[in-house]
Amino acid sequence: MDAAIAALAERIRAAAESRQALCIRGGGSKDFYGGEPRGELLDARGYAGIVSYEPSELVVTARAGTPLAELEAVLADNGQMLAFEPPHFSPGATLGGCVAAGLSGPRRAAAGALRDFVLGARVLDGRGRWLAFGGEVMKNVAGYDVSRLLAGSLGTLGLIAQVSLKVLPRPQREITLAFEMPEARALETTNRWAGLPLPISATAWHDGRLSVRLSGAESALRAAAEKLGGEAAASEAAARDWTAIREQTVPFFAGEAPLWRVSLPSNAKPLALPEAQLIEWGGALRWLKSGADAATVRGAAAQAGGHATLFRGGDRAAGVFAPLAPALARLHREIKAAFDPAGILNPGRLYREF
Amino acid sequence: MGEALSLTKIDAERQRTVAQALRTFLPARAVLWQEEDTRPYECDGLTAYRKVPMVVALPETEEQVQRILRSCHAMEVPVVPRGAGTGLSGGALPRGDGVLLAMAKFMRVLRIDPLARVAVVQPGVPNGAISDVVSPFGLYYAPDPSSQIACSIGGNVAENSGGVHCLKYGLTVHNVLRVRGFTIDGEPVSFGSEALDAPGYDLLALAIGSEGMLAVITEVTVKLLPKPQTARVVMASFDDVETAGQAVAAIIAAGILPAGLEMMDRPATQAVEEFVHAGYDLEAAAILLCESDGTPEEVEDEIARVRAVLASAGATRTSVSRDEAERLRFWSGRKAAFPAMGRISPDYYCMDGTIPRKRLGEVLNFIGDMERKYGLRCPNVFHAGDGNLHPLILFDAASADELRRTERFAAEVLEKCVAVGGTITGEHGVGVEKIDQMCVQFSAAELETFHALKRAFDPQGLLNPGKAVPTLRRCAEFGRMRVHGAQLPHPELPRF
Ligand SMILES: Cc1cc2nc3c(=O)[nH]c(=O)nc-3n(C[C@H](O)[C@H](O)[C@H](O)COP(=O)(O)OP(=O)(O)OC[C@H]3O[C@@H](n4cnc5c(N)ncnc54)[C@H](O)[C@@H]3O)c2cc1C
Repeated sequence: MDAAIAALAERIRAAAESRQALCIRGGGSKDFYGGEPRGELLDARGYAGIVSYEPSELVVTARAGTPLAELEAVLADNGQMLAFEPPHFSPGATLGGCVAAGLSGPRRAAAGALRDFVLGARVLDGRGRWLAFGGEVMKNVAGYDVSRLLAGSLGTLGLIAQVSLKVLPRPQREITLAFEMPEARALETTNRWAGLPLPISATAWHDGRLSVRLSGAESALRAAAEKLGGEAAASEAAARDWTAIREQTVPFFAGEAPLWRVSLPSNAKPLALPEAQLIEWGGALRWLKSGADAATVRGAAAQAGGHATLFRGGDRAAGVFAPLAPALARLHREIKAAFDPAGILNPGRLYREF
Repeated sequence: MGEALSLTKIDAERQRTVAQALRTFLPARAVLWQEEDTRPYECDGLTAYRKVPMVVALPETEEQVQRILRSCHAMEVPVVPRGAGTGLSGGALPRGDGVLLAMAKFMRVLRIDPLARVAVVQPGVPNGAISDVVSPFGLYYAPDPSSQIACSIGGNVAENSGGVHCLKYGLTVHNVLRVRGFTIDGEPVSFGSEALDAPGYDLLALAIGSEGMLAVITEVTVKLLPKPQTARVVMASFDDVETAGQAVAAIIAAGILPAGLEMMDRPATQAVEEFVHAGYDLEAAAILLCESDGTPEEVEDEIARVRAVLASAGATRTSVSRDEAERLRFWSGRKAAFPAMGRISPDYYCMDGTIPRKRLGEVLNFIGDMERKYGLRCPNVFHAGDGNLHPLILFDAASADELRRTERFAAEVLEKCVAVGGTITGEHGVGVEKIDQMCVQFSAAELETFHALKRAFDPQGLLNPGKAVPTLRRCAEFGRMRVHGAQLPHPELPRF
């Protein structure tokens, strides 16, 4: 344990003793996400840097404070990438915040989510204990999979200090095809295509226009493009568009109305809500700008077999994430207590009760 | 392997009470307690450990599972879930004071949704059967353990099983969307969802690989993938295993992610060649099998790149499967590696350590040293792409001395895997077999965290107790507690 970790551990121990809530924060790029941050600021940015990276092992290990952009640049220099394409939401985004938020970008449906690429983590729990789970190898079933449990836990289980991630080679080439089609047909089409051996790596539908990104070998892309048709976009512009969708800078995301993230089975019918949507992940992720009350949106999501998160804006106090069934809520409380018995780490960020 | 768990002798009166309690809601055929009926359940695939269970329960419905759990919970009887019993770490080893909950009758495929590419199946369905039933839709379930014709999807979930294609397609955890089941008190739970995520903590990831200790799984929703249009495999020969290991790194460094990337050393190829005639090069010190799948264009492109890399990485011979029959023949030897060992030796003991690939040469040399030290042979098969080793120690269990030497050999190799930055188990689980090595891999505080998680699901420790996570006392007795910094964890604990 180095001095920086010892100091952070001491800080957490002292806070636990005095029951002082701590707000763990990296670049603050996801302050808007989850329950309102509260407590004394614990800045994780000081613990930064890539610890080890060997491209031929397909693994990178870095400290929580490492800027996401810096990490991605190093991977790109070696022809590799974080295949889950995490959103940054601001230039200051750090790796720790990225893992704690657990969000994935356009490639998620094809390549897997952030949690799928987490191989190991080192964490300071709510008692300030320095714990290591998983490791730097691709397969590891020794002990419960705590490192994946930390992904998306919003810092409520511990300060995620260091993470090992599986990385993948960047595709040799990418092209984007565009199609004009209404929502229902776009849903049917993207689901059908996903069941065929096609190199589709992302989809986005909005306002009658479906974009489909293909990734892979030149020859395979040519064959797939011939089969699918559509209108091919210039590749640099298309790459910028996918980044803009990931970073929510396309016009759809602008404006004051609350943004809902509705996660559904990919082939669920169009949501019975009047407002505009942007649909990613082959139908499994539906962004909704809507002033409708939470019960209406959550009800529509549940009816379609999924759940809705109040992603940005709106009344966070009423709960950001879909409420849990009683048995799951009890498990959540017990798990939280196992890691953070004093309840000091990011209280209320995930659910109000803890 | 460590010494067997101290399991009590069967208490006849307790046995009668428990069997009678279960008979109030289960038919006679679903409650076994006479030794001739319970004996077949005494072990899983790790036959070195055996224990006849007090009672075997064979439920057919979720409601029966729930009632069994409620009833055992009320009587404080330990419950051990069992799938097909192919596990290699003693995860389904019964207890003489417990109920073995056999999920063998949960054999139905409940729903297939070809458009959404999911199948909902009961936990007893064999892994391979899923791909068979969805095949008419052009889909398959990707994780393919070598035991796939027998092992159950419930067992796969409990062990987070892998297969030869998991470098590209992932393990069980990457291919299961949702599980449903019960905690030990009979409370119904569902983790994950048919969407790509669920609110709250990722309890699905926690349940997968939890070795049947957190919940009994009664339903599994798996993700299906489109069958690749075509697949071909390159077989390459090498003069020494280290060069073969470097060739694996070279393939990945070239930006290629093969569908499968497996290595076998000469003792292993010799053993399987006699058994299945796969056409392996017996002159080679090691062979690599590198599979490419996808569209015909992708495969052709990738195979050409793989061949170029292998040639410059020192392969002495390469051949590419010309058709599906030849591709399956190349794989047949790899997939038959375990049974082939059974033909050349009375017993074999399969290890499962995973290491960073760059340490392969060092670890293989270490295994060679151990062969000499313990006077036992140890062929190697290896999921080279993801660093998962399966050294197979050949021994004769009839000789108590050979068994002892095998155990020590295996323990040294697993500890070596930890020392080079790897893990004691990549896919077979800890079970009872590697429980002592957990003390080497994890600190006391980490083990305590595992126990605290277990208590969150099962405060009394009744569901598959004594597996996977050692008590701190046991580690103290084992005398190998990992030391963090210079300080022993828990100096207050007595150490012997
Ligand atoms: C020849 C051979 C080859 C193998 N090859 C591979 C391989 O390539 N890759 C690999 O990963 N493994 C392999 N294995 C190991 C084994 O097949 C897997 O671990 C498999 O997943 C076990 O499934 P099972 O149904 O036999 O489970 P069991 O052995 O019956 O049980 C395994 C564990 O799962 C728990 N369990 C079972 N069902 C449930 C349920 N419904 N709910 C809760 N817990 C449950 C049990 O308590 C136990 O802890 C191999 C085994 C053999 C014998």
